[in-house]
Amino acid sequence: MSLSATEIQARLERILPRVAKPGRYVGGEQNQVTKDWEAIPTRVALAFPDIYDIGLPNLGLAILYQALNARPDVLAERVYLPWVDMEAFLRQERIPLFSLETRHAVADFDILGITLPYETLYTNTLNLLDLAGLPLRSAERDERHPLVIAGGHAAYNPEPMANFIDAFVIGEGEEVLHEIVDVYSEWKAQSGSRPALLRSLARLPGLYIPSFYTPHYTADGRIERIERLHPDAPAQVTKRVVAQLPPPPTRFIVPSIEVVHNRVSVEIMRGCTRGCRFCHAGFVNRPVRERPVSQIVSAIETALQQTGFEEIALLSLSSSDYTNILELVDAVSAIEGQHLVISLPSLRIESFSVELMEKLRGARQGGFTLAPEAATERMRQIINKPIQTEQLLETARAIYSRGWQTIKLYFMIGHPSETLEDVRAIANLCKQVIAEGRRILGHRAALHAGVSTFVPKPHTPFQWVPCDTTEQIQAKQQLLRNELRGPGLKMTWTSPAETMLEAWLSRGDRRLGQVIELAWRNGARFDAWQDQFNPHAWQTAFEQTGLDPDFYTHRMRGEDEIFPWDVISPGVRKSYLLEEYHNSQCQQTRPDCREQCFACGILPTFSSLRRANPGPLWKCPEVGTPRATTEVQP
Amino acid sequence: MNRFRIHYAKTEALRYTGNLDMQKVWERTLRRARLPIAYSQGFHPQARLQQACPLPLGLLSRCEVLDFWLECDATPEEVRSALEPALPPGITLLQIETIPLNAPALQTQGESALYHILLLDPFPPEELLRRCQDCLSAISLPRQRRDKQYDLRPLILELFPLPQSTAQAPRLHLRLTAREGATGRPDEVLLALGLDPSAARIERVELHFREETP
Repeated sequence: MSLSATEIQARLERILPRVAKPGRYVGGEQNQVTKDWEAIPTRVALAFPDIYDIGLPNLGLAILYQALNARPDVLAERVYLPWVDMEAFLRQERIPLFSLETRHAVADFDILGITLPYETLYTNTLNLLDLAGLPLRSAERDERHPLVIAGGHAAYNPEPMANFIDAFVIGEGEEVLHEIVDVYSEWKAQSGSRPALLRSLARLPGLYIPSFYTPHYTADGRIERIERLHPDAPAQVTKRVVAQLPPPPTRFIVPSIEVVHNRVSVEIMRGCTRGCRFCHAGFVNRPVRERPVSQIVSAIETALQQTGFEEIALLSLSSSDYTNILELVDAVSAIEGQHLVISLPSLRIESFSVELMEKLRGARQGGFTLAPEAATERMRQIINKPIQTEQLLETARAIYSRGWQTIKLYFMIGHPSETLEDVRAIANLCKQVIAEGRRILGHRAALHAGVSTFVPKPHTPFQWVPCDTTEQIQAKQQLLRNELRGPGLKMTWTSPAETMLEAWLSRGDRRLGQVIELAWRNGARFDAWQDQFNPHAWQTAFEQTGLDPDFYTHRMRGEDEIFPWDVISPGVRKSYLLEEYHNSQCQQTRPDCREQCFACGILPTFSSLRRANPGPLWKCPEVGTPRATTEVQP
Repeated sequence: MNRFRIHYAKTEALRYTGNLDMQKVWERTLRRARLPIAYSQGFHPQARLQQACPLPLGLLSRCEVLDFWLECDATPEEVRSALEPALPPGITLLQIETIPLNAPALQTQGESALYHILLLDPFPPEELLRRCQDCLSAISLPRQRRDKQYDLRPLILELFPLPQSTAQAPRLHLRLTAREGATGRPDEVLLALGLDPSAARIERVELHFREETP
């Protein structure tokens, strides 16, 4: 039986003085919502499977927290993972994982919602379930346990975590969240069984219930077919989208200790029309929807009033593509507030971006970040990010000459068919950029190259291609380390072992669940933390299961192969992704699809939603009446 | 520009917020209250806030003192009514006053601090009294903190079980020096008494400042 909130509180008092940053475990911040536990019928724990410092600023959870707590019949409280020192105390003192608001054990909640924005949180998720005292596997839980739901970008391939999660929410949570709570409350009122609850949930569009599907494998380990075990489970689960972005949250929780981002975050636009072929977010977040300038500005004003934050972040995948970006920047810079710092990430490589940043520049200033991703024309055509080197240099000149001393350039190595010459070009390009800087600023000019390694992602045109091997990555990184030397130059890179972890988890199947579970048992957790990542635990787990990591990472997949994640539809057709893959192979680029529709599949998938919300709400151009309309699966 | 001095209580919700973070908590509170804080000049403007006698992490307090500067003319009553609705959980406003701009910095004025300590575990009263007396009668109490050797004894001004102390809820009265460079820590005294500081609830109840006529 789990401990009561009062007992948990009493035990905590003796532990908190002995751990690092105890402020992570106490809640009680400005704007926290605390409701009467006994008076509220449906209680939801919202968990970010990493420590408070990382999880608190997460915008997705902030949206869900405010939306759920706005309902009088629901309470939502926050749960984060303890850092290793605190974990040891919790286990030693037998304190179950608890919520920050009222210190109730996670096991006492009705629903446990976990956000999975990236794959390196998987072992943490198992640790979270274990610290909560819950059985790890969905099959071992029943109506006495909270319903465990997960969502977020990583859920677009739910299979590696399918054994542990009762239901996945695919796509945007704003609307489906309420439907889930309604289904749950109705079920709870009738005291039904766990299978009955799952059956009702399966009828909600956008919900994937892994226990209603069984994958069958061919002798060599590929998917032969995915068997559907229940008539209520759809053959394919289509993601949810909201037709129109609702007003953004403003009552952000203000941490009483330092966390990674201390700011008001406003999503100005969702989705991206650029179609960079490596970009998971670009394919799963279609269509593009923008928030009106007036709504953004009034949200920022309210949020500043409610939080007292001194920093604002305007978030989107590609800020320069926001239709009224100039108007927005002017309006935001006119917002009253002392020493406000405004950040506008993801700007296009053009001198107009420098003008935008100049308008926003507060008293403080850091570096100016651009993401060319690749350095040769061939490579840029393959990934569909066609920028001109001359344009980059011109932008760099503008940046250095308007007072920024540091430029940060993001590149990726390991794109499909990349050669050492393409990699060498990254070094050469950086040298050209720093040469411009030194000409303008002398020795004060700095260039920071952030070089990550490409990992092929599900639901993108590169879902078929192999990931570079550790040896290939090492050779490319060595080349860059040798070449990228000189005054003002700095380079950071990702360790190949971490890239491999991300690679096998991204395109894993359900069998990989055993590997994740064993890796966790072997001690893996906090995989996203360089100082905690334990490659040995993973290697041992693969050996214990007899699965081969290379099967997931380095194999060229056949064009007709059934993928584990084919049971999920992001609205973009697989045939479109294949077409884009073929385009990449012949270096054929595709322009911004705001200009011209390339029929990715979003409009037919959501045709009724689009018909009910016509015009400029979506940035898809008008394509006339769709011939055949496929309704979202009910 | 005006300088205000605020007296406040730091309660449970901010118990584990350190002094540096308290600086941010106050800055954001003043911003929510729409009070125009004075910022320092330069490349990284800092809000002008000064806390007296840093409170160790994990302690509660009934007597925190903070000075801040505002770029406006306002009475203490006006500042109070702007602040009240903007206060976060964990801060209770006690008093606000205006003080001269040239008054000496708070950090230099500390003299002594009084702590009340509740031990979370039962403890025999006679033994507690004996340990306090042993501590006080010692000529020196050499202790080590962060690899530095120091003598705790001269920092202890008063130490005895509170009259309401019982075996079930043992309580201590402890007065320590709180001067710049000579500040006693209550957890160090508990260790010197052979008690576990993590099994204690410590509250600062009085801060004494050097009396100086401006």
